[in-house]
Amino acid sequence: MKKSKIFWSYLILALVIYAVGQALISLNIIDMYYKNMLITMCINIMLAVSLHVVIGVTGQFSIGHAGFLAIGAYVSAIFTMKLGMPFIVAILVGAIVATLAGLIVGIPTLRLKGDYLAIATLGFAEIIRITFLNIDYVGGAAGMQVTQLSNWTYAFFAALITIIVISNFTKSRHGRACIAIREDEIAADAMGINTTYYKVTAFALGAFFAGVAGGIFSHNVFIIQPSAFGFLKSFDILIFVVLGGLGSLSGAIISAVLLTLVSTYLGNFPETRMIIYSLVLILVMLYRPTGLLGTKEITDLFKSKKKGGIDHDQ
Amino acid sequence: MGASEFALFFSVKEAVKGVKVMEWIQQLINGVSLGSIYALIALGYTMVYGIIKLINFAHGDVFMIGGFIGFYAMVRWDMGFIPALLLAMILCAVFGVIIERVAYKRLRNSTRIAALITAIGVSLLIEYTVVFFRGAQPEGYPDLFVEKNITILGVQISKTSILILAVSIVLMLLLQFIVQKTKIGKAMRAVSHDADAARLMGINVDNTISATFAIGSALAGAAGVIFGVYYTKVDPFMGIIPGLKAFVAAVLGGIGIIPGAMVGGMLLGVVETFVSALGFSLWRDAAAFIILILILIFRPEGIFGKNTREKV
Amino acid sequence: MTNNTLLQVENMGIQFGGLKAVQGVNLYLNNGELVGLIGPNGAGKTTSFNMLTGVYKPSEGKIVFAGQTLNGKPPYKVTQSGISRTFQNIRLFKDLSVLDNVKVANHWLAKHSILSSILRLPNHFTSEAKMAEDATAFLKIFGLDRYKNELAKNLPYGMQRRLEIARALAAKPKLLLLDEPAAGMNPQETRELMELIAFIRKEFDLTILLIEHDMHLVMGICERIYVLDHGQLIAEGNPNEIRSNPKVIEAYLGEEVVENA
Repeated sequence: MKKSKIFWSYLILALVIYAVGQALISLNIIDMYYKNMLITMCINIMLAVSLHVVIGVTGQFSIGHAGFLAIGAYVSAIFTMKLGMPFIVAILVGAIVATLAGLIVGIPTLRLKGDYLAIATLGFAEIIRITFLNIDYVGGAAGMQVTQLSNWTYAFFAALITIIVISNFTKSRHGRACIAIREDEIAADAMGINTTYYKVTAFALGAFFAGVAGGIFSHNVFIIQPSAFGFLKSFDILIFVVLGGLGSLSGAIISAVLLTLVSTYLGNFPETRMIIYSLVLILVMLYRPTGLLGTKEITDLFKSKKKGGIDHDQ
Repeated sequence: MGASEFALFFSVKEAVKGVKVMEWIQQLINGVSLGSIYALIALGYTMVYGIIKLINFAHGDVFMIGGFIGFYAMVRWDMGFIPALLLAMILCAVFGVIIERVAYKRLRNSTRIAALITAIGVSLLIEYTVVFFRGAQPEGYPDLFVEKNITILGVQISKTSILILAVSIVLMLLLQFIVQKTKIGKAMRAVSHDADAARLMGINVDNTISATFAIGSALAGAAGVIFGVYYTKVDPFMGIIPGLKAFVAAVLGGIGIIPGAMVGGMLLGVVETFVSALGFSLWRDAAAFIILILILIFRPEGIFGKNTREKV
Repeated sequence: MTNNTLLQVENMGIQFGGLKAVQGVNLYLNNGELVGLIGPNGAGKTTSFNMLTGVYKPSEGKIVFAGQTLNGKPPYKVTQSGISRTFQNIRLFKDLSVLDNVKVANHWLAKHSILSSILRLPNHFTSEAKMAEDATAFLKIFGLDRYKNELAKNLPYGMQRRLEIARALAAKPKLLLLDEPAAGMNPQETRELMELIAFIRKEFDLTILLIEHDMHLVMGICERIYVLDHGQLIAEGNPNEIRSNPKVIEAYLGEEVVENA
């Protein structure tokens, strides 16, 4: 019962954040620029959390997450702009297609380990990007115009659902199986866990929410171009996860929020932003390779009795 | 096979018929010279991976720095091609060693993932530092030859291609000599085989690793200059794609294996040139990644590699 | 093959790139037996374990366990059919709690689906609670329940060895394979471990195959012993027969193990 109390208090906190955001926007206290920042923040949280389940929880080093973002962005845009479908339907279709792509990419590549997997996922993301570049139907290199349909409400609740789903998944026998794979794949296998199944599942789950993020993203930026989904985008997402702590959900969220703020304020100085990003990345890896929070959650820091491990709802 | 791939297959067949034999030979030579650039970069990748098991993402940026040094040497300081090439190689060697000493040395005992992320960070840092100081605009390389082509037995060949090929072959022979015949080469082979045993045998592992970075970076620097000559321009992001492709070449040949990198690079260059020649130039970049994924799935140890398994 | 045979291995062998690491291994285990597998370093003991558990695919031979052929099955399926193991070099999930380490092993026995966990349906809660209960029960047997929320990597070495056995048991095996369970333990810990092995065997109606270097442990508790040398079985019998077998003495010549035993 205590656990469900915690859940409800988090949910109330989330709704308060939503209400504050909505008030700031509808009362015109913040301008377009900051409203966009809030939406981008939600998109980045979704991307960070969806990659977290692949890298942080399951330990599969994928650095091609932008590929799934691209699929979600393009497919949902095709559904709203070319086929005249409702926004929600478009987002879902985009996410499902991204999931299918995740399965197609994941099934062959997840047999690979470490750096090889990293390079293979990066290669797949590039293939996805080059494919969109070559499809005239979606405008090729010039890109595709998209009406703005995303707003704070869509972005916020999409991010909230992403967090709840990934968190619930992680805190269950399924998430534990994924963590076991991260910790020691051979031992996990020897304990009766179908490692391929869980690696692919985590990958597909990550791809699904990256696809949702893509739908929100494309309907927020007026025009989408393949160049927006290159590996620099993948690295951006990777930085959220690594910086927050490989294995920490709250860490991923916090770093997504902080880095969105940093990029917004350095929006006019993109080189400076990237120099800071890369320096932070190098310094964190050299001096705190587990990221800021390691595998801990922010809530663990306030618990004195618990010495670590993962909470499981019972 | 999807519908689009099916269509692709047939259009490839049509396209093949349309191209004449002479043109194919020309394309083959273009492919080999492009491939030799990949091979030069791939050598550095493969040597570094062989010795410290790190995919040095920043390697492509050393290549970019080499391209810029070559540009400044030739255009601003009026140096000839060969002196500019040597200068780029020397400075890149120093640069490579600095990267290794400052960033990678501390990572010897950390996880592969931490090392990989650091390498990505170093790569971004180099790129954006260059952009910060001189902007992202490209620089045009001077033309080395007034008369661009030469006709041999009815086949038109660009002089730049011949130059690139010649330089690459000389450098690769030199590398083979260093690795096989010199003391430092033997040390490099020993360390890549078993660093701890090498240390016990009195080999200075740190210096050997630095030497590996120096040699690899010098080759990348040379590749940067000849890339500039070939494509007549250099820019701060030019290292990313060739760097990734060179890595593909290294994997294709069998990572850690020096002749593998050479063959892998050449093969990749030829495949890419043929894909372009068939009229799919926009798909050219995808070819490398498709090869990568196929090789990773079906023969992850590469063409020349041996199968290894994890000890349980 | 009698009705009482749990595991029957015929002519099992494997080669790595032309080198025959293990060949022609024939062995059987009867229900409830405690059998030792010994041999000098590099004899192929762990390799044999890896073949039995599906980590390596044998290049020849047949493994029949409780009536089903195991050849070519992946490790997780082997475990689910009733063979569980520990590792020579401890392989715990270091950043998981002690309790979670055990829960991972009874993962495959639980039924609630991914969807039910994501939506937090009632059966998620009941099933997870049962997993925690079962896991705690195993920890109690091994005297580990007071460390339940500790991270596995923070346990002292001897406790880590115990936890690995507890985890292997939680997968509900009929056959337990122990790969040098006493490695690195002091005599006191080893004695306790022997008692523990004897106890769990009775308590859980187990058949146990163990690799061990500690001759005291093997001779003391095993009913039968197989001796492996250079990838081939060179002897089989009860501890007394093994002790006096000239082939065995020759295989161990130069190693002090036999003298101690």
